[in-house]
Amino acid sequence: MNRSMIDLWVGVFVAAGFAGLLFLALKVGNLATFSTSQTYQVEAKFANIGGLKVRGPVKSAGVVVGRVANIRFDTESYEAIVSMTVDLSYQFPRDTTAKILTSGILGEQYVGLEAGGDGVMLKQGDRIRLTQSAVVLENLISQFLFNKAAEGKDEKK
Amino acid sequence: MIGVESLRSRLERLGNTVTSQVWRVGYASRFLVYLLMHSGTALRRFRLTTAQVYFAGVLSLIIILVSGLFVGMVLALQGYETLQRFGASESLGVLVALSLVRELGPVVAGLLFASRAGSAITAEIGLMKATEQISAMEMMAVDPIARVVAPRFWGGVISMPLLAALFSAAGIFGGYLVGVQLIGVDAGAFWSQMQAAVDVRNDIWNGVIKSMVFGVAVTWISVFEGYDAIPTAEGVSRATTRTVVTSSLAILALDFILTALMFTGGNH
Repeated sequence: MNRSMIDLWVGVFVAAGFAGLLFLALKVGNLATFSTSQTYQVEAKFANIGGLKVRGPVKSAGVVVGRVANIRFDTESYEAIVSMTVDLSYQFPRDTTAKILTSGILGEQYVGLEAGGDGVMLKQGDRIRLTQSAVVLENLISQFLFNKAAEGKDEKK
Repeated sequence: MIGVESLRSRLERLGNTVTSQVWRVGYASRFLVYLLMHSGTALRRFRLTTAQVYFAGVLSLIIILVSGLFVGMVLALQGYETLQRFGASESLGVLVALSLVRELGPVVAGLLFASRAGSAITAEIGLMKATEQISAMEMMAVDPIARVVAPRFWGGVISMPLLAALFSAAGIFGGYLVGVQLIGVDAGAFWSQMQAAVDVRNDIWNGVIKSMVFGVAVTWISVFEGYDAIPTAEGVSRATTRTVVTSSLAILALDFILTALMFTGGNH
């Protein structure tokens, strides 16, 4: 095989390799969906974030509108501060509620945003005041048992 | 007395083996540094390297693509069996893509590359040495490392990440064929769950880094074993075997280290 044929095949190979990488990045990964669009960052304080992870989705009405950017612990209030990057095309009122929810029974946890009625929109760096923590199964069970026990007492009287 | 003598000779042999192995590691490192410093010719006269990319990369394409396709198809079949028990068969795309992009793509492509291209590089350089072509070059004041070894090294280093990417892509296509076309998992869920779970930087880029590291390791071992081979028919055959064994072990050990560094860092 002569030189120029070798060069041709190497060119085809390199092009195919980069096409493979591009396929992985665009079709398999999530490069196309988020990282290019402009975002703004908001924070929210939670008493308990449960199993929320960095890069977890932020959803409103089930639609992914952003990602969890950072989770840190506030030593003054002993609460978790979750920073979220939200797509700039999705604007939320200032009295929006942030909840930590679970998709399905065994699914991952995400931040759910529920829009309020305020006319002023959230800006870069704002903090969401109304939050609801993750449901901790142990607390739920102990609450349930406590209520049951209390009911039992009432019936005896 | 005889017992002491035999024990002593055994200990001596053990020490000898260890020392010679350590010596070889040192020699191989010196060889790599020399090789990198004399890569100018291989990069300036790029056609030398292109020919080796053809040799190591293009000729490995068939085995890489076919293996990738079948690995992806088997992953989809086996994964579906397990996932449907939990009613999570829609996550099949995630399973196939993550296992290929993170682990199987770089590792299996690296193992195939070591046995397909690495062994050939060792045999070629070893035979050049056995037939005294290397000595002839030195006689003509041509540096054999710059002229023969460096183009093969760079050809392998360039080819390996591309081959691993193609392996993963072929595997995901194979998983799609079996999962969506044959078993009937919903195509939308297959792709969208995959896209939601696979991160470009954390999963795909780390896989690419892995394949680059494997590429350097495999080609380094191959050219070194070839250059260091005893210049006889038996010596070359031994060197070729050593290339495949050492590079396979190196890939698996490096993969463990890289995985521990990349994917166990917690949330970040």
